[in-house]
Amino acid sequence: MRHHVVLRIVTNIMIPLIVIYALYIQFHGEYSPGGGFQAGIIFAAGFVIYSLIYGLDVAQEAIPPEVARFLAAFGVVIYIGFGLATILLGGQFLEYKVLLADDQAGETLGIIGIELGVGVTVAAVALTLFYAFAGREQD
Amino acid sequence: MAMVAIATVRIRNLFAVVMLSGIYSLLAASLFVLLDAVDVALTEAAVGAGIMIILMLGALALTTSQEKVRANRQSLAALVIVMITGGALIYGTLDMPLMGDPEAPAHTHLAPHFTQQSVEEIGIPNMVTSVLASYRGLDTLGEAVVVLTAAVGVLLVIGSGRARKRGHRRKVMERQADS
Repeated sequence: MRHHVVLRIVTNIMIPLIVIYALYIQFHGEYSPGGGFQAGIIFAAGFVIYSLIYGLDVAQEAIPPEVARFLAAFGVVIYIGFGLATILLGGQFLEYKVLLADDQAGETLGIIGIELGVGVTVAAVALTLFYAFAGREQD
Repeated sequence: MAMVAIATVRIRNLFAVVMLSGIYSLLAASLFVLLDAVDVALTEAAVGAGIMIILMLGALALTTSQEKVRANRQSLAALVIVMITGGALIYGTLDMPLMGDPEAPAHTHLAPHFTQQSVEEIGIPNMVTSVLASYRGLDTLGEAVVVLTAAVGVLLVIGSGRARKRGHRRKVMERQADS
């Protein structure tokens, strides 16, 4: 659909807004509704629009399926990594307040960290699913 | 919402059904906003009305867009089972506390602690995030793993979906023919 000028221009304006909104949802989740899950989905949605307009192969040059698959697992690794870090620092699994000297700051850091893990996993999984369905030709 | 749900079941054109399920998700999201559950509403709008439609359309592109109509066999036993199950569920709701009842068990056990002390303990104003990420961190880890498992399942069933260039595929086939 690359030759539709209106579609192309509108998506060119929309995609940065969608991605920035996803990042806002991701990192402002402590103050307003949202969090890693929603942010990941919105990020993936922005990317899906991009590949609808410019074609799947162009989108897969930006984020190859291998990278998406790696990131899907990597997000869970981030999450578990925060849990293991709290154990190493003498707390229980996912007991974030040992991360920093100040209890509240430690909790906040832990929450931001695992939300990042969730966001990365969800965005990568949504992209992987989209690639899997869209990349398959009808037999 | 009930009308959309009935239409979703009755209509045979799968494209329309996908669109209707998106409308249903959007209505559900509005309902959650009315109930002050904005976090859930955001999720429902993003997943149900957004990305799920895309994935369903992708799945539709792989099959046909018209549901096959089978001979309409209506079994009396199925009707009886559905009536009994539905009746039992409705009977079960009679014992539930009224909506918004402050004495409901859900509001007397842990909820006061979460609503009154989470800001002091965690230091962030959004209680939903504190509960999800800190008090129930292990559950959320489980959810992340479930999402990953879903992706692994799809990859195993229908493949990774790298966009193949036709020339490349032909080359591969020629090579196979040569060997």
